[in-house]
Amino acid sequence: MKILVPVKRVVDYNVKVRVKADNTGVDIANVKMSMNPFCEIAVEEAVRLREKSVATEVIAVSAGVVQCQETLRNAMAIGADRAILIETDVELQPLAVAKLLKAIVDKEQPKLVILGKQAIDDDANQTGQMLAALLGWGQATFASKVEVAGDVATVTREVDGGAETVAIKLPAIITTDLRLNEPRYATLPNIMKAKKKQLDIFKPADLGVDVTPRLTTLRVDEPPKRQGGVKVADVAALIDKLKNEAKVI
Amino acid sequence: MANLVIAEHDHGSLKAATLNVISAATAIGGDVHVLVAGHNAGAAAAAAAQVAGVSKVLLADNAAHANLLPESAAAQVVAVAAAYSHILAPATAYGKGVAPRVAALLDKAQISDIIKVIDADTFVRPIYAGNAYATVKSSDSVKVVTVRGTAFVAAATTGGSGAVESVAAVADSGLSIFVSAEITKSERPELTAAKIIVSGGRGLGSGEKYREVLTPLADKLNAAMGASRAAVDAGFVPNDYQVGQTGKIVAPDLYIAVGISGAIQHLAGMKDSKVIVAINKDPDAPIFGVADYGLVGDLFEAVPQLVAAL
Repeated sequence: MKILVPVKRVVDYNVKVRVKADNTGVDIANVKMSMNPFCEIAVEEAVRLREKSVATEVIAVSAGVVQCQETLRNAMAIGADRAILIETDVELQPLAVAKLLKAIVDKEQPKLVILGKQAIDDDANQTGQMLAALLGWGQATFASKVEVAGDVATVTREVDGGAETVAIKLPAIITTDLRLNEPRYATLPNIMKAKKKQLDIFKPADLGVDVTPRLTTLRVDEPPKRQGGVKVADVAALIDKLKNEAKVI
Repeated sequence: MANLVIAEHDHGSLKAATLNVISAATAIGGDVHVLVAGHNAGAAAAAAAQVAGVSKVLLADNAAHANLLPESAAAQVVAVAAAYSHILAPATAYGKGVAPRVAALLDKAQISDIIKVIDADTFVRPIYAGNAYATVKSSDSVKVVTVRGTAFVAAATTGGSGAVESVAAVADSGLSIFVSAEITKSERPELTAAKIIVSGGRGLGSGEKYREVLTPLADKLNAAMGASRAAVDAGFVPNDYQVGQTGKIVAPDLYIAVGISGAIQHLAGMKDSKVIVAINKDPDAPIFGVADYGLVGDLFEAVPQLVAAL
């Protein structure tokens, strides 16, 4: 079976972004871009399933600007077999991405789509669930363990009170949480090999998808700054502050 | 204009997060209705009807909803959606599973994790781990929204006089089956609703030390216990302890960070706490940049002293 793994190019997780002075967005010019960490976990999981012979082919797909090709090469260096880029300069929102991915699913007919649970730029946490809805498939979000046997995936999910295990009928959607696996480092030979792997490029119009944004960002602000307070000398001083100044104990 | 709140509940009662969502719905304006999709969930529906501001409760009671699976829940929401301009859910594991599914089925955008209502079309939400706040306006006829609980005061559990109306339940989707749950049992307050949180990081060194050092402090303060991602990844505590960008968002009156350095992903989950205390041996740890009171020192000495002095 084929596994489709959507990946997103985002500001690297180590970068602390700054709001632009004109409040139109955050400044991402000359900032390091990387694959969204949750997407990396998704690629790793798919590659492991292929290594265990559960899957036969892993296809990475991304949507966005031309530089997303780098993200896809990175996915192929981890082990994806080939890649698809849906290239556009339009700001893509989760519903549009889900529709683009549905078009790719219709073409490629994977049995499993594994996505990151959220992207660390817009923190939306929507695309996987939306894709599941558009396809009429089951979903297992926030996965910390995945086992595939026959036509069923048994997935342990990280939920608010602890963990929950569900069995979903394939084809299905899985979204990854942090502790599903530790993605491998791409080795130099694999990075070189990835450069030669197949990468197909489509436009949203080729797929018949309208990606017009539904949400307009009116402005972006710095959150209220929290003032760092004081250092206290010892435990007695701390307790005094908490009791008499902050009055929280 | 009418708002539909998707209740998070355990059939017998409402989860606390539902009350914050009802407040957000009230802030939007118009009638506030609550959908309880559950099994033998009459008690949860009756509780919802009592909540201040709620004028009607829709109860979809069916075995299909016994395990609160998102496929059936989303189908249930869509079945009653036509009457509503806004559909709101808590930004919890449950709400995040259901709301995007509902939005896609209705061909609408979904707006995640709102922290403020500007008007019926416009909301503020954090992006980039809370390092920026985006004000977004929706052009859709129906707004599907998830609500960050800590940003809205919980609605009062009494004072409402909503009627409970039974609605036809959807059939089980058959797409997924509940297998089991391992829910952490705790006598402590729930992390997202606690007044005081004692939270531990990698500085504690092990799960044994985490429990040995922090449990007496949490007991003394009747506090919930949390952790940084590093502590969860290292296996000190289960995943549901995690506070941060991708874990739980908390805003207690007092947050005591012990042995937590303060990565931006952690700060994203706790920087709205009223008072923050940091105990860390590294005077340059970023946690001190947000802490009201910082104590530089060995946590293994400081915390027991704190417990003894309280």
